[in-house]
Amino acid sequence: MRSSKPLAVVLVVAAMTSACAAFSLSRSPATADAKFGRPIAEADIAPWDIDIRTSTGKGLPPGRGGVAEGKAVYDAKCLACHGPDAKGGPVYGSMVGGIGSFTTNTRVLTPGSMYPYAPILFDYIRRAMPMDKPLSLTANEVYAVSAYILNLNGLVPADAVMDQTSMPKVQMPNRAGFILDDRPDTHAVRCMKNCP
Amino acid sequence: MRLGRRGFLRRSALIAGTALANLGVARTAAGAPLEVPPTAKEPGRGIAETSYGSPSKYESHVVRHRSDVLVNRQNLSDWSMTPIQHQHGIVTPNGVIFERHHAGVPDIDPKTHRLVIHGMVKQPLIFTIDDILRYPSVSRFHFLECSGNTLTDHSKAASKTVQQSHGLLSGAQWTGVPAARLLNEAGLDPAGKWVLFEGADGSNHTRSIPLDKVMDDVLLVYAANGEMLRPENGYPLRAFIPGWEGNVSVKWLRRIKVSDQPWDFRSETARYTDPMPDGKWRKFSFVMEAKSVITRPSGGMRLPGPGLYEILGFAWSGRGKIRAVDVSVDAGRNWREAELTEPVLDKSLAQFRLPWTWDGTPAKIQSRAVDSTGYVQPTIQDVGRARALTGFVQHHNAIFPWAVSANGEVTNAIV
Repeated sequence: MRSSKPLAVVLVVAAMTSACAAFSLSRSPATADAKFGRPIAEADIAPWDIDIRTSTGKGLPPGRGGVAEGKAVYDAKCLACHGPDAKGGPVYGSMVGGIGSFTTNTRVLTPGSMYPYAPILFDYIRRAMPMDKPLSLTANEVYAVSAYILNLNGLVPADAVMDQTSMPKVQMPNRAGFILDDRPDTHAVRCMKNCP
Repeated sequence: MRLGRRGFLRRSALIAGTALANLGVARTAAGAPLEVPPTAKEPGRGIAETSYGSPSKYESHVVRHRSDVLVNRQNLSDWSMTPIQHQHGIVTPNGVIFERHHAGVPDIDPKTHRLVIHGMVKQPLIFTIDDILRYPSVSRFHFLECSGNTLTDHSKAASKTVQQSHGLLSGAQWTGVPAARLLNEAGLDPAGKWVLFEGADGSNHTRSIPLDKVMDDVLLVYAANGEMLRPENGYPLRAFIPGWEGNVSVKWLRRIKVSDQPWDFRSETARYTDPMPDGKWRKFSFVMEAKSVITRPSGGMRLPGPGLYEILGFAWSGRGKIRAVDVSVDAGRNWREAELTEPVLDKSLAQFRLPWTWDGTPAKIQSRAVDSTGYVQPTIQDVGRARALTGFVQHHNAIFPWAVSANGEVTNAIV
């Protein structure tokens, strides 16, 4: 298989530029311009197309889920690692609290305190959780677990339902908590002798 | 090889010093004739029919280590460090390139793996690995550093060795295809500004990257140091984003999507962001700024006695080349410019060396990098004035001192 590759390249080049056969492969215009990608329809990419623009919720799928259903899903599929009420378990720390901690020297990072946009919960839970079976939850289950985590953090009421419309509207406390990269933020001087 | 007069003198002094040391050994051992080693009196192992070579059994200590400073309670979203104190030259052997995974290491069959490019392009495309191997390849030497390298050592000396403090760092010759080529083949929508890279691992790890960077120097890499990537480094295909924090070089790459805005994923808001003094967080802080560290002598080593030593270390910058490295052996009071070992390459590890005669008194040794933009590596105090040193500090590029005690023991002296 490997040994056939140079041959394949030669054949392609030969087919595309029979007049340029004297040139080396690396300088051949045909090689430089060669295209090996095959067209695919966006519809066929859909099963992989799971990203969500979290600031707007663009990409959130149809479906819905509430806090109570979320607790049931959580207890069945998340609690073993994250602990009861998402307060931390044998494998991971708490996913509740920390709001207001960023101006102290012990910042507590949770989805409630840290995420600027609620749809991050949907995007991340769907793509990466539960760790032993990522991409296994239904959209309804992901919405429900997200609602449950948001409720535990005091960010939505107990009767809240998350869906394409409601989730982007949840006001996250750290929404304005980010700045863009402004480095270099240090201006060290190259002192060589008797430096302070 | 450019070796100025000064460099030549240094090297001569070093060679002379080594010779003197050998003479010293010979003197103390006078009257004990050398023995012919038994390996010279019998045949060695025969050549196996097929094989993949391994290091000598006497090098079994040169291995990656999970951190024993910050021990995760699982080993799927975890990391293991490169033994840079044992690295000779700017290339990290493939078996010890550092690991950082978010859901373990997948074993991906290249025959079934696919790469898709879609979103704001004229024609979405799909590629097999064989397709990608047919393009003219590019090979470049670059460093790869995790944004969290040195994260445990800012307010206390937590790590014992440079492997623990700086081992989320590797250098390699990466081979692949420029991402720009495949994006141009798909045809960019002029409104496209950001690119998503997504992995085929169990975390479906994803990052948003500015299109300008992707079109500038990003590679889609399938090989490192002359062979196909190891599974833990992204086999059969990964993004490689020169000079930027490691986690944007998405491994096991399966999808590239073009958009007009970033996605603000968990991995670029709740993680991989930098705490600022006012309680905010700096995001999209991609570039790994100039940094250096002495790898020999370094934490956990012991100098056998006063005499001549060669201080060795690495320097690197995500903004360009290393222009100079200075070394201080008196706690930062005075500095001398070290010799840089060729080659010194763009966004690559550079090795520096400086002969040092240790007089047997306590010393504090450290290095300071200057890159081609003129940026000077800061102290931890400089960094602490600009950012909040709390929690898992990312992008910690401060000068890192080692203390040498009177009995020759070398220890972490960051504070």
